[in-house]
Amino acid sequence: MLNHDIVIVGGGPAGMAAAVAAYDNGVKDVVILDRDDDLGGILRQCIHNGFGLHKLGEELTGPEYAAVYKAKVEERGITVYKNTMVLDVSKDRVVTATNRDGIMQIQAKAVVLAMGCRERSRGALNTPGTRPAGVYSAGTAQKLINCEGYMVGKKVVILGSGDIGLIMARRMSLEGAKVEAVCEIMPYSGGLTRNIVQCLEDFDIPLYLSTTVAQIHGQKRLEGVTIAQVDENRNVIEETKRFIECDTLLLSVGLIPENELTVQAGISMDRITSGAMVDENCETDAEGIFACGNVLHVHDLVDYVSDEAERAGKGAANYVKNGSNKTEYIPVKAVGGVRYVMPQHIHAQPGEEVSLFMRVGQPYGKVRLTAKCGDKVMAQAVKLKVAPGEMEKLVIKTDKFADLTGEITVTLEEM
Amino acid sequence: MERKLTCIICPRGCQLTVSGEADNLTVTGHACPRGQVYGINEVSNPVRTITSIVRVANREDTMVSVKTAQPVPKGAIFEVMSLIRNTTVNAPVKIGDVIIDSVYGTQVIATKNID
Repeated sequence: MLNHDIVIVGGGPAGMAAAVAAYDNGVKDVVILDRDDDLGGILRQCIHNGFGLHKLGEELTGPEYAAVYKAKVEERGITVYKNTMVLDVSKDRVVTATNRDGIMQIQAKAVVLAMGCRERSRGALNTPGTRPAGVYSAGTAQKLINCEGYMVGKKVVILGSGDIGLIMARRMSLEGAKVEAVCEIMPYSGGLTRNIVQCLEDFDIPLYLSTTVAQIHGQKRLEGVTIAQVDENRNVIEETKRFIECDTLLLSVGLIPENELTVQAGISMDRITSGAMVDENCETDAEGIFACGNVLHVHDLVDYVSDEAERAGKGAANYVKNGSNKTEYIPVKAVGGVRYVMPQHIHAQPGEEVSLFMRVGQPYGKVRLTAKCGDKVMAQAVKLKVAPGEMEKLVIKTDKFADLTGEITVTLEEM
Repeated sequence: MERKLTCIICPRGCQLTVSGEADNLTVTGHACPRGQVYGINEVSNPVRTITSIVRVANREDTMVSVKTAQPVPKGAIFEVMSLIRNTTVNAPVKIGDVIIDSVYGTQVIATKNID
């Protein structure tokens, strides 16, 4: 059995930022385990730009953003086990992993879970039809095109208008493919406005809302899809069915935090975020085990992943230096139009300001977001427009934490 | 001339209408001055940063990601893409290395390190 102070599971943006923050907060014995052959995670295939505007003050591509953090990891001499797959994390922080050298076990003083998320696949949709070649998740197509130089198709339909679907619509168009349509089952897009404009409108790609793929056709290779509008219960409206000829269908239908290790460790999960329940330091209910990034909840911007991972890394370092900090907690609850709030509970006396992150359940115009404890307003903000695709934030100042009882609720009121 | 645009400066996404002629454009529908500037630029001189990949000739199945160092005219996107597609490089490549010089007053540069 090896021994390390902090073991980080995953070397993407969350894992790298957590490792750097842990080191900078005084714990030098930090190791990163990653299953891929290099650090960077999914940023390596995100060659488009728009990363880093908030965090680094400049607009970078995914590989450049990853390189900034990889350099920080290397400067600090943090050990990275590449091509190493973590199989198990126990509640008492024994990490079991495998690589070409065999199985290894590390007893860690603290663990940071930073495994990221994966895409929902065709199987999760139950789309009727045959099973031909040419049906890809958007991220798989992105990796094939951007990392391996393999063009996946010529005539494309994309199901799902999340950011990856939109980015791939542009990418396929730039490489000479014809994107026939982007279909979105919801009555609004889950993607950022700038992506709708620069990925669809720039290339005259139609976006069909309240529309889904009702059938997949083709024997060996995809020959086309039947698309159809859906009613308010998301059931296909038969008379709106129409056939679109295509050789490629990309699915961008949601991301699922990759939490097998978290569940195996017996850590309490949040049913809405599909991630662990954590406090403001990103500590789970298993003492000394922290979680951050897309494994905790799916983020829209990597900048916020890095921020969150820094809190987790710092929390892990403090745990190693000072021991348990599990004292009295106040629960934080989302109410009404607010779908979820992170963290799910915070220390009654956190000692510094606390940021709450939330998503709304549907798009609204002007709203007021309020965090309250009983009748006491903890934090408030007015937003001109909110949508499920854009994470919102409320900051609770330190002096608000005096004499709290009960729980903090976060509500939304339309203005 | 009249064009309808969605402003992308902030998440609010104002629906802009830009009307008038080249040197006398009027923007309506914007909620802030930045939206006005966006509307005028987007109609008079729209530009985009292009990101793509270039094959690394001396490494098997390896691509290096690239971008235009500055945005290029929107109308030139496919011309620049065709230049990029017809280019190969040899490793090692470092972030910032010039892959193609002189493209609409800027350069295509590497965005990934290949050892």
